Amino acid sequence: MNSQSIVWALAAAQTLLFILAAPLLAGWVKRIKCHQQNRAAPAVWQPYRDLTKLLKKNMVLAGNASWLFRAVPYIIFGATLLAAAAVPLIAVHLPTSAIADVIVLVGFFALARFFTALAALDIGTAFGGMGASREMTVAALAEPAMLMAVFTLAMTAHSTNLSVAIETVLQAGLVLRPSFLFALLALAMVAVAECGRIPVDNPATHLELTMLHEAMILEYSGRHLALIEWAAQIKLMIYAVLIIDFFLPWGIASEFSTGALIVGVVAATAKLMLLAMLLVVWETVLAKMRLFRVPQFLGFAFMLALLGMLTNVVLETGG
Amino acid sequence: MALSSLSLYSQAIILFAALVLFSSFVMLAQTRMVPLIFTFAWQGLLMAVATVLVAIVSNHKHLYISAALTVALKVGLIPWVLYRLSVRLDMNYDTEVIKHPSLLLLGGAGLVIFSYFIALPIVHLSGLATRNTIAVSIAVELLGMLIMSVRRTAMAQVIGFMSMENGLFFAAVVSTYGMPLIVELGVAFDVMVASILFGVFFFHLRDSFDSLDVSHLNLLSEANEPAPLAETAVATTPGEHT
Repeated sequence: MNSQSIVWALAAAQTLLFILAAPLLAGWVKRIKCHQQNRAAPAVWQPYRDLTKLLKKNMVLAGNASWLFRAVPYIIFGATLLAAAAVPLIAVHLPTSAIADVIVLVGFFALARFFTALAALDIGTAFGGMGASREMTVAALAEPAMLMAVFTLAMTAHSTNLSVAIETVLQAGLVLRPSFLFALLALAMVAVAECGRIPVDNPATHLELTMLHEAMILEYSGRHLALIEWAAQIKLMIYAVLIIDFFLPWGIASEFSTGALIVGVVAATAKLMLLAMLLVVWETVLAKMRLFRVPQFLGFAFMLALLGMLTNVVLETGG
Repeated sequence: MALSSLSLYSQAIILFAALVLFSSFVMLAQTRMVPLIFTFAWQGLLMAVATVLVAIVSNHKHLYISAALTVALKVGLIPWVLYRLSVRLDMNYDTEVIKHPSLLLLGGAGLVIFSYFIALPIVHLSGLATRNTIAVSIAVELLGMLIMSVRRTAMAQVIGFMSMENGLFFAAVVSTYGMPLIVELGVAFDVMVASILFGVFFFHLRDSFDSLDVSHLNLLSEANEPAPLAETAVATTPGEHT
């Protein structure tokens, strides 16, 4: 019973760490991006300052905002929180990751996105509707690609549970799997689209021609906005951790000793920092796409995921 | 056969086979001329690396010569000739409109599944470690054929043809550890001659049609007869004759 409660406490601590570290990751991305582009960089903890400032501020609500508009930030944050709880960051086989598998994770994101779009429509401004329609277009194309990539990985691990998949990869050691390569590329492309990063969306601008995510949350202010921004940062971190978990799980703690957990934290930090650097390079060399090219981009991601699945059948298990 | 039970070299062969397949898909989706030529060169390079790996695994020395030939011809000479041609014909910035790009890619995926089922009996017969890649080489051939049949510009069709030849070569390497060297030399020479002939053919096409769009060939008819062009049919409305 005692060990059970310790394990649950560990799971809670990991989730808390996840949530608290997400703005730090966003700050780190911002910082190296500024360095890359020869701009003066804000401090790494600038996102924390922004969040506390927003949390302290008064809210301005539209006169015709319904209860839904006020409930949605909490729903988004709650769904993202649950998703974060299901993803192993520093240790596998925690009880929270046994409850939810990857498909549930995709479901949480879909739930959050659905309510964001609803809230965007609720106020009735033109921007909200436009953003919602664009976001749903992107989501409808990104989700199949994401699921297909996840299924490719699940076929190798024979399970959609993240902990089991990580364990399988860890035990197999170094195996050159072409299907993993394709799934990695597909997942990276989907992550870029879902987190609203540069070739698909630009989170730093409020330019009406290009906005996707920002157009939907334009009417939010104060702590509502803080929650939504924070959820977006957690989402970016979840995708980064997912990529790390599937493709580079080495270092993650598979037992609950102090040493293994410390190694897990250090490994996760180092890998996240590296991945953020790759993201920055990707965002710096690429230009924002036209909205009408996004379906082609995501179609290619789907193609990659499908190819991953086919190579899994044809090359890895076939014969 | 489980992948993890193979040696790292064999795993690398399979990885490179998958990358060759991927480069075929990139060629299928690539609409611009110069990147298309570069992708073709990349496919040649990936295949050469796979050939070297097969040579290491199987200890067949003559495969090194095949790999060197592949690098020299398919990574060096042919892409260079095609690139020079596209510059001379002033088409290196051209893009081609593919009507349904996603549908085309899904069709390509269908071809991969088809070739998997085609290759199954061969795979059951073969005892080589690389036997699973036979399906991939058949798929590369079929994808080359798909490029030839859906693309309209002559240059893209030529690249489709060349990548079909790539698939053939790859099939030979992975299924039987290479053709006899004399056959391979002959095929390499053929391909080289073909690439030069294609150059001549391109210039004739452009002189006759002012374009390399092969769909113009559909409008050809007997000599001394006015071509039944769609435009002239529209132009010769009844009002013109009266």
